[in-house]
Amino acid sequence: MTTTDVMDWDAITRDPRFMDLHRRKTAFLWGLMALSVAYYFLLPIGAAYFQDLFKIRVWGVINIGLLFALSQFILTWLVAVIYGRKSSRDFDVLAAQVLAEFSGRTASVRPGVNT
Amino acid sequence: MKTHFKKTPLAALLGLAALGASFAIQAQSAAGEGKRSLTFIVFAVIIAITMYVTYIAAKRVRSASDFYTAGGAVTGWQNGWAISGDYLSAASFLGIAGLISLYGYDGFMYSVGFLVAYITVLLLIAEPCRNIGRYTLSDILTYRNDPRKTRIFGALSVITVSTFYLTAQMVGAGVLLKTLIGINYETSVLCVGVLMLAYVLFGGMVATTWVQIIKAVLLVSASLLIVALVWVPYGLSLPAFLQDVVSDPKVQARVATLLGDPAKTMSAADLGQRFLEPGLYLKAPIDQISLGMALVFGTAGLPHILMRFFTVRTALHARQSVVWAMIIIGGFYLLTLFLGFGAAKFVGPADIAAVDAGGNIAAPLLAQFIGGGPDSVFGNFMLAFVSAVAFATIVAVVAGLVLASASAIAHDLYVGVIRDGKEVSPTGQVKAARIATLIVGALAIGIGIASKGQNAAVLVGLAFAVAASANFPCILLTLHWKRCNTAGVIAGLVVGIVAAVGLTLLSPNLTYPKAVKAAAHKVLDEDSAKRAAATEALKSDDPKQVAKAKKEIGALDKAVTKANADIAKWGNAQTSFMGLEAPWFPLKNPGIISIPLGFLAVLIGSLLFRDRRAESLWNEVYVRQNIGLVVSKSTAVH
Repeated sequence: MTTTDVMDWDAITRDPRFMDLHRRKTAFLWGLMALSVAYYFLLPIGAAYFQDLFKIRVWGVINIGLLFALSQFILTWLVAVIYGRKSSRDFDVLAAQVLAEFSGRTASVRPGVNT
Repeated sequence: MKTHFKKTPLAALLGLAALGASFAIQAQSAAGEGKRSLTFIVFAVIIAITMYVTYIAAKRVRSASDFYTAGGAVTGWQNGWAISGDYLSAASFLGIAGLISLYGYDGFMYSVGFLVAYITVLLLIAEPCRNIGRYTLSDILTYRNDPRKTRIFGALSVITVSTFYLTAQMVGAGVLLKTLIGINYETSVLCVGVLMLAYVLFGGMVATTWVQIIKAVLLVSASLLIVALVWVPYGLSLPAFLQDVVSDPKVQARVATLLGDPAKTMSAADLGQRFLEPGLYLKAPIDQISLGMALVFGTAGLPHILMRFFTVRTALHARQSVVWAMIIIGGFYLLTLFLGFGAAKFVGPADIAAVDAGGNIAAPLLAQFIGGGPDSVFGNFMLAFVSAVAFATIVAVVAGLVLASASAIAHDLYVGVIRDGKEVSPTGQVKAARIATLIVGALAIGIGIASKGQNAAVLVGLAFAVAASANFPCILLTLHWKRCNTAGVIAGLVVGIVAAVGLTLLSPNLTYPKAVKAAAHKVLDEDSAKRAAATEALKSDDPKQVAKAKKEIGALDKAVTKANADIAKWGNAQTSFMGLEAPWFPLKNPGIISIPLGFLAVLIGSLLFRDRRAESLWNEVYVRQNIGLVVSKSTAVH
């Protein structure tokens, strides 16, 4: 962990590795987020408007609605595991590289700190 | 200094032993049986353990950072358990199990919503918050913005959300302890308040964290034990268990009652199966979606949950703690399926509703049944254990909420606004935090007692709605949108709070005397015809018909009493508290309107009042949140 207070923020934002990190992270996070939210809202929408589908029994008395609700747990855990692994393997490594590159240098100006 | 901290918790420990004793005396007079002393012993053991933890923790609290964030020394898995302890309120343990036991499938949909909410926390909120914030939600909001103005409104929002949530917990505590161990409402609220104050005042975040961890472990163990006892006889087969639930006459009778006339043409098997299908509780589709929005986006704006991310050292730990929390919270919500359906099968929805109309006592009653019933020692031990866990649950959640409110008052309003960033000594900051805690705690007890009879579920819904409509858009946009600035954040907070609270005040959640009285008059008008029919049926030769008719007459008597009480209660009143005869806003949950309004306000506010300074600081925020640079102590004091 580093507690470096001031770095050359503007230079970092122009660094290709940082830009790459940010682009990949943004795509990954918002993509996963949009997917999860869409999947979740299928539950109240299905429960309200597609009750006939939810009522179909597939495993003993267990119906599609119940299985779909249970699948939300699997999805949530999958998101947690996938994101955890992706971050520690990719994002954290890239971030550490950028950090190592810039932590030696300090900025000439201290933009807005201690205001 | 050190001796001061050593002595006070000891004194508190003694005081709480006395409090526990008063519990026992009250409970004893209520039932006067040996099983009450069993309850007392279980309560005393749990209180003693948490007080010991507080005593140890109090020695470690020396600075504001210790008090608010446990010095940032909490590890990932510890924080994961603590988040679970902070989040799993009595509403989830007792409320959701109760809803499932009374309404089947629809109750379980709440479990899903409360869990999925953590995806938002994990992906968008936890790590940036750790990187940008220090003690409070306002720390994040002020990072690029005018510190004074933003802090005032940020603190206002934190206090609003926490007050609704806190009131809900206090009301729940009063009702629960009254039902579970027979002490009166006011004493229950006072006990929860005093115990919580002891933890927070002396042990700050260190004690609060450990109380939350202990409570989460207890809650999960108690639930696992009950579920094991319920499920193992079915060979851990889900279809076999649910088959037995839907075949149960008690469950089938419940569905018949809920459905009314359409149930008459359905077979017993169909009625039972209907318990596993949606639509018995949540009837308005848009309302369901609106509630889902408040849950999924509101959790990411709950101040007492966000505060937990400041207790870990780095973004990596923040991430690990959410992953842990998602596993624990998900596992727990999965258990609610067995707690709820198990209670429906073994205790029966009618008996559950007879003790508490909201079903809140379903899990404790199931525990008692599964342990061997009301006459067995193990059955009563299980009831005592689960009651004590419910009590610990409420105290731990309340502690987190009070700490969040106190930090908003002491750190944001006192240190940040009143002293205007002038140096406040570490001792002075801790003192301010403790005074704020005392004030918030006393207010919480007062509001809890004054809110007797309020609907806890509506209050929790309101807390989530405000968090989703005000806090969430502001945090998200200040972290992810360059143009976001002071004007946008203030507009978002104000519009979010006003929209969520305002729409709720105009919603069907309030009592509308005109409609209540109309319904009461209808009951009275129809009474004579129904009574005549039932009296006729009494003459029947079939004993089943006679029993049914007797039951119906009993129900009619109850309905008439209630109708008369309603008419007497509302007298000449025609309008709700807001002066409306009928709800102006048709939904019970405002989220679907208020959340977009909150986002819109941040966007418009930011675009109308452009702020170069906020934009010039963007690169710093952007880099910090992406590469996990933690705000160190020297820079974070604005």
